Parts: sequence; structure tokens; C-alpha cells
Amino acid sequence: MKRFLLALGAGLLLSTSAAWAQGTVTVVTSFSKDMTDPIKAAFEAANPGYVLDVQNRNTNAGVTYIEETRANNQVDLFWASAPDAFVTLKNLNLLSQFQPSAEGLPDTIGSYSVNDPDGYFFGFAASGYGMMWNDRYLAANGIDAPSEWDDLIDAQYHDHVIIAAPSRSGTTHLTIETILQGEGWDGGWALLKRIGGNFQQVSDRSFGVPDAVNSGQSGIGIVIDFFGFSAMASGFPVSFEYPSVTTVVPANVAIVAQAPNHDGAATFIDFLLSEDGQLVLFHPAIQRLPINPAVYDRAPEGLPNPFVDEKFQSMITFDGGLSSARSAVVDALFDQTITFQLDNLRAAVAAIHSAEAALDGTNNAEAQALVDEAIALVVASPITDREAISPEIVHAFEGGDQASARQSQLEQAWASFAQSNYAAARDKAQSALALLN
Amino acid sequence: MTELSLAPAKTRRRVSGLVLLMLAIAAFLLLFLLIPAGTVIYVAFTEKGTGALTLVNFLDFFENDLFKRAFVNSVYVSAMSVVWASIFALPLAVITTRFEFRGAVLIQTLGFLPLIMPPFVGAVAMMLLFGRNGSVNLLLDQYLGFKLPFMEGLNGVIFVQSLHYFPFILVNVSNSLRQIDVSMEEAAQNLGSSGFRLFRKIVFPLAMPGYLAGAALVFVKVFDDLATPLLLNVTDMLAPQAYLRVTSIGLSDPMGYVIATILIAVSVFAMWASVALMRGKDYATAQRGGGGLAKRKLKPREAVLAYGVVILVLFLVLSPHIGLLLLSFATIWSFSPLPDGYTLAHYGRVIGESSIYIKNTLIYASAAGLIDVVVGGGIAYLVLRTKLFGRQWLDWAATAALAVPGVVLGIGYLRTFYGVTLPDGTPLATLPIMVILALAIRRLPYALRAIFAAMQQISVSLEEAAENLGANKARTVRRIVIPLMLGGLLAGFVTSFATAAVELSATLMLIQSNSDAPIAYGLYMFMQSPAGRGPGAALGVIAVLLVAVCTFASHIIIERSQKSLGLKK
Repeated sequence: MKRFLLALGAGLLLSTSAAWAQGTVTVVTSFSKDMTDPIKAAFEAANPGYVLDVQNRNTNAGVTYIEETRANNQVDLFWASAPDAFVTLKNLNLLSQFQPSAEGLPDTIGSYSVNDPDGYFFGFAASGYGMMWNDRYLAANGIDAPSEWDDLIDAQYHDHVIIAAPSRSGTTHLTIETILQGEGWDGGWALLKRIGGNFQQVSDRSFGVPDAVNSGQSGIGIVIDFFGFSAMASGFPVSFEYPSVTTVVPANVAIVAQAPNHDGAATFIDFLLSEDGQLVLFHPAIQRLPINPAVYDRAPEGLPNPFVDEKFQSMITFDGGLSSARSAVVDALFDQTITFQLDNLRAAVAAIHSAEAALDGTNNAEAQALVDEAIALVVASPITDREAISPEIVHAFEGGDQASARQSQLEQAWASFAQSNYAAARDKAQSALALLN
Repeated sequence: MTELSLAPAKTRRRVSGLVLLMLAIAAFLLLFLLIPAGTVIYVAFTEKGTGALTLVNFLDFFENDLFKRAFVNSVYVSAMSVVWASIFALPLAVITTRFEFRGAVLIQTLGFLPLIMPPFVGAVAMMLLFGRNGSVNLLLDQYLGFKLPFMEGLNGVIFVQSLHYFPFILVNVSNSLRQIDVSMEEAAQNLGSSGFRLFRKIVFPLAMPGYLAGAALVFVKVFDDLATPLLLNVTDMLAPQAYLRVTSIGLSDPMGYVIATILIAVSVFAMWASVALMRGKDYATAQRGGGGLAKRKLKPREAVLAYGVVILVLFLVLSPHIGLLLLSFATIWSFSPLPDGYTLAHYGRVIGESSIYIKNTLIYASAAGLIDVVVGGGIAYLVLRTKLFGRQWLDWAATAALAVPGVVLGIGYLRTFYGVTLPDGTPLATLPIMVILALAIRRLPYALRAIFAAMQQISVSLEEAAENLGANKARTVRRIVIPLMLGGLLAGFVTSFATAAVELSATLMLIQSNSDAPIAYGLYMFMQSPAGRGPGAALGVIAVLLVAVCTFASHIIIERSQKSLGLKK
């Protein structure tokens, strides 16, 4: 037995050292195997002698991993969707500068700048946000397909919508921030909470949303576009639509500081941005929008071209600085007033839906006033947009001497604000309904 | 008594050997559990931003409605899961061990399967069957016009958890029942006891150590489990709250670690309570052999009833696996009772890649299982057979591993061992041996409880007898203790092996490259995209089969060893 264990240990040691062969490029990525496998195959075929070693971690875990292992870094590339994560890594001095060789790439896509101005990370594909739905589910429940965010506040969508928590999903965070910037702070939260009242669930994983829609457990999901496109390409009975308030942001790749194989990392980025690399993005299981306009003449049917499609030209200007400054506060607000108060919010919004249905066609000013008050209570936000970026609150989240309270105290205050508002809103809507019956 | 019968010199030598054993185990736990977890949990006691030591974070915990609600929910769900898990497990355990029942070994193996449901795919399969628009509800809605909320809210968590963890009770109670000496039962029968009274007065009390060990494990495991509530999108429980805070707000947020600390405290308390309940009661029986209780023949009517119960329970607890199997052959399965079509393509896609995953899984899980049996056996022996100072602490420390979230342990390993490098510059934390150690630590409590229960049933008088006949301690352990508790050791190994084989959370942080990855990691990679769902399910089926075959083999070994002991009588 002892000999067996010794042999086992020796074998394990050997197997690791063999993995670091010449030409191995190690990449930490949040992308799924379905996406990385075709790109890995194409890269290795185009660059003989290189081996792409893919380590799959979700975005947050990837950032944590690179941060925790910085003393003895073994990773060459970081490759993920959310631009925020790259800004974080850059600010921690964990990325290295680089000048890609590919030419003819745009500076901006929609209104978002494709590359980091200092040359630390590079967009390689574009993604927009929207809604995907299960056609069978909608037909079975007699629901119309939505086309704008506003549609989702309608009573027919109650208990049929699913979203990922923005604190858990970098892409959902950008969706929420896009709505807040497009509709304004108060208007944005009002919209989000009224949609929130129609949520069936709030998932803790980005992929939990398309998965629930694909399997028909949920009707409509708020997702990033490629989840919809790749599900359609895989044959699921689903559809995807961009609403008019949306934005496209690039998915990125960057070389990690002190990369053991810097040359290999550079070769990979150059390949990814070349026409050959960009064409792989059209693979049925990937379905991302390439950053290189030259390849769109070979795009599969159904995939939009963000450089000519009108919808993309009218997209809002996304302020990345503002998003980054208040990101922790926005996430906590969403969690405390929507995710963790979901039952109360749903009950309040359901009561408002019934009162509004009863109100329809009648002319009862008293009941109407009660319903309006109930809606005002639901949509109220515990803090203003100015407070959200004030040092008193930001320091409570990030640590700092100007904090007015600890994060947990703020969260408790916001949660009880939401809880009592939702309870009061439900009471008002129910009294309105009582007046009408 | 034991001490009196030994010469003083002998006592000293034995004690120093035991002290060495204890020190070795303590060092192992300190190095691979307490220090790595401590480097992370330390944050719970610091002020955010300044890093100053403080207890204010715990005050915040008890002033926060969400955390209080989460605490109450976690206790409620864990307690209800124990109740339902007992309802599933006890009939299976009693029927297969007390009666002559064809396929008892098969049922023991199948009953073990829920424990080895790989992450992600199991929940997806459950949703497809029992979800709001799963097969069962779509059929109910179509023919009867109503739906049942199996998977909604806290009740959904209780439903899934009791199906998932009931094998802990099944394995431990079955093992206890097998260990009960037939003479106990015969004595009771001679005194006129029979039927339910016999069961209540003799069989159930004697099976109590196993039941309590299993029930405590279920409670603690449900209390600390985060995967199931998260996959059902139930976030107002403690373990998901800890995980969400650590992974979304970041490593510097103290509240996640405050919750982790409270999880550890409650787990250790539950384990202590299960031991305290047994205190002052001696369930060891001196006579061994005879292969456990006499197996009765079933009367025809009883047989029908027994088979009915067994088939019903098995169908329910195996439903995730049935769903998984369907999913692995399905083309598209969306909003319909059954898939649209069937294909073998998913297996084709994973078959080439899976061999490396299978090899890694077998190496990691069996090495972790071996470590657990050795360390767990050592701890059980020290706690139950010696009076060494601080031996109980080993038990508490090992049990606390249950409550250390995998992510915390993974990060702790990176922090503790990444700075330590081999001569060629490879960080220690990146070696596969670290994955094995993390798995061993995470699964040690399972193995420990099984071994503990087995040891509690062995009367110390057997060892005393051996020593009186001149055997030294090592020889007694080798010739008496180990053979008698072989079943318990194997049960410990199997539990630890099977659950380690599908573990993900700690490995996700520590795996360095695809060539070192176990099956659970490959699964995780597949299950992130629509086209990967089928291949992921296929890999899941392969994982389940792999572990099931190993489990089946060890059950046969247990049966054989029981029989051979019986023959020697």
C-alpha cells in the first residue's frame, strides 16, 4: 500500500511538470467549452507548436485566482465578457500592455470603445442585451412575445420572467446599468422594480437564465444575446430580441502581467483578432458578433451586423466610469430590494395587477388614487443617484474612512425600507380592489 | 481495568505511540484544514478597510433581518430534511437487512446513488421532471388540470435534499443492523417478545448509533449545502448567503466569513448533540459473528408490500438519475414531458475526452478515501479507546470541515500554499496532491462518522480479552479491531470516495489544467452552454456509473467479509 501511494505521488508530480511543455499558452476564461474548443482547435491548427491550455473559471473566481496567485503567476491570458473585470485587473496592475497586429478594426462598437485606451485589454467580440423566450411556453400560457423592457411590467408576464442577480453575473450587471443610464436613476429603478414584481426567479448564475428558458421552466429571460443565438442554433424552440434601450459591449482578452509565455499570449490575441480567428465566432455553438467588420459578409442567417443594423446605431452612450463607480451599490440595492425581497415585491405587484384589472373601464377616482399610491410605494428608491456615488456610501462598501455606516447596516436599512413599502403598497392595492368589488 | 492488566513499561510505550498518532493527526488537520480556513475566516473578525480586530460584524449579523430569516430557514429545512430522509431510508434499511430479500445488495447500491449525483446536471434533470413545467406537472396539468409545486421555495429544497442525502441514514443504519448480534434478538424472542415490540425494544435501540450518526450528517450537510438552494434559486438560507457574499462582494467583505463561522459553530453543535444523546448508553455487544440479525422469510402478502415500498422509494430517489439518463440521450427537451428525439451523439462527443477525466477522478477520489479511512480510523480509535487529553478536539476539528465552504477552503489553500514553491518554481498549491488533500479534508467527516458508528458497536471487552491473552496493542488492533470494523471502514471509504468523485467547489479553485481535471470539472465546463447540456449529461451518466460500479464492488466485499466472519464462528 505504501509503495502504491509513493508511486501515485510520483506519478502526480510527473504529470504536472509535463503539462508545462514548450509553447503552452495558459488561459483563464469564463467562456464555456463550446466556445473555447473550436477556437482552441483553430488556433493550434494555425500556429503549430502552440498548445492552448484552457482553465475554466467564472469571471469573479478568475479575477480572484489571478489576484491570489500574483506572487508566482502561471497564467498567460485572461479572457472573459465583462469589461469591469478587466478594469479591476488593470487597476491592480495585473495586466500587461500589448499592441495587436490586426488591422481594420473599429475604435467603437455601438457607443462603447472597443479597446482599453492604454492598450491593456482588447475587445474581440460584441454582445448586446435583450430578452429571450421559449416559444412553446408562451404559446401554452397564451402570452405575447415582448419587444421592449416596458412590456415586461404588463400583468400577463407576472410569474413568467427570469433574470440573473447583477451581483452574480457581470453581463446582467451591465444590463441593469444600461437601463439605469437609459431611463435615468429613478425611472430605471421604477422600471426594474415593476418588472421585478413579475419575476418568477432570480438566478445566481448567468447561465441559469437561458437554461431555465431553454428547458421551459421559465418563459422569458433577460440575457446577453449569444445565449439566445446559440440556443436557437442548437435547435431549442426559443427566440431573442433586442429592445431599443440596450447597448453593445465588447467581450475582451488581455495578457496577464509577468506571463510565463508572453509571446504565445501575443500570438493568440493576434490570431483571435485576425479574420480566421473572427470567423470561428460564427460557429453554431458560439454565435458571437465579431469585432472585425470585414467578416460579416460570411455571417450565418439571423445574426445581426452591429455596424450596419439600425437598432445598434441608436443605442445609448454607455458611461463606463459611472458604472464602475457605483457598481457595488447598484448590486446591493438590487439584491436588497428585489432579490431578497422577491416574495414581498411579487405580492405587492400582483395586488396592483388585480386592482388595475378591476379598475379597467370603471371611473373610480378614489381607487385610482390608491393604486397610484401603491405604485409610487413600490418604485421608491431608498437612495438617490447622488448618494449612490457619495463617499459616505461607497466607502462603506469598499472600505474607507468616510463611511457613514457599515455595509451590513446600510443593507439592513434598504431591506426594511423595501419591505415596509411593499407591504404598504399591497395594503393600498387591496383596499382599492375592495372599493371596486 | 485495561491499565491494571498491563505492565507499567508496556503502558508507557503504548501511550507514547498513541501520542505520536495523535500529534500526526493534529498536524494534518492543522496544516490542511485549520490554517488554510483560518487565513480566510480571520477576516470575519476584522473591520473592513482598516483590518482592525473587532466583533462588531457578529453584532451586525444578529441585527440583520435577512440573516435572521436565513438562519431560521436553514434550521427548519435541515430538520425537515432529516424527517423525510428517515422516511425514505428506514424502510429500505430494515427490509434489506432483516428479511430474506432478493437483490438486497443491488438495492443497497441503488439507494446509495443519490449521493453521487454530479453537480448542475442533477438539478437540471430534477427540474425537467419535477419543475413547474417538468414532465410530472405538464402531465398533471394536461390530464387533471392542476400542478404541484414540488420544487418551489423551502419545500423544494427539503424535497431535493432529503432525496439527495437520505443514503447517509441508509448506509449507517444498514451497517448498524448488520452488526447487531442475532443472540440479542433470540434472547428477546425467548422471553416472548416479537413483531413491532421486538423492533422497538431491541433492534431500534441497537441501531441507534448508526441512525444518529446518519441523521446528524444529514442535518449538518443540508445546513451547509449551498448547491441545491442556489439551483432552486432559494437564497434566503445561510449557506447560500455566505457563498453569495464571498463570491460576489469579494474576499474583503467580513459578513460572508461571519456566516461561515456561524455555520461551523452550528455544525459542530449538531455533531456534539448527536454524541451527547448517546452519552451514558453502551450499545456495544460482545458477541460477534453470525452475520447480523437473523433474516426472516417474507410471507407472500408481506413480500408484495415490501417490494411495493422498495420500488416506490427507489423510483422516487432515482428519479434524478432517470432524468439524467433521458437528458443524455435527448436531442431537444423543452417544455414537453419527454424529449423531442433521441441520439447517441452526446456520448460520441464526450467519449474521447472522458478517459482523462475518469483516470483523474479515480486517482483523486480513491487517494482521498484512503487518507480519510486512515485519519478517520485514527481519530475514532483515539476518541473511543483512549483518555488522551484533547482527543475530542480532533473530532470537533475534523467535523468542522463539513462547514467550511469549498470555496473558502480552495482560497485558503491558494493563500497558504501558493507562496511555497518546488525547486523548479512550481507553486505547491498547483500540484494535484493539493486537490487530493482538499477532497480528503472535505470528505473526512463522512468517513469519520461511519467509522465512529462501527467502532461504538464493538465492545472494548473483546480487545481486553485479546490483551489479557498476551497480544500487544498493535496486534490487537490488527487482529481484532480492524477485522471487526471492516464494514464500517469500507462504508467510510465508500462514502468518502463516492462523494469526492463528484465534488466541485474546492476543486474548481485548485485545478490548474484540463489534463489534471476530474469529471465534475469537465461537467462544469460543458454545462455552461445550450449545446453542452447533452454532452454534460452524458458525462454525468458516466460519472454515476463509474462510482456505482465501485460502490457495488465494495458492498459485495462487505457482504463477503460478513459471511466469512460468520463461517469462522
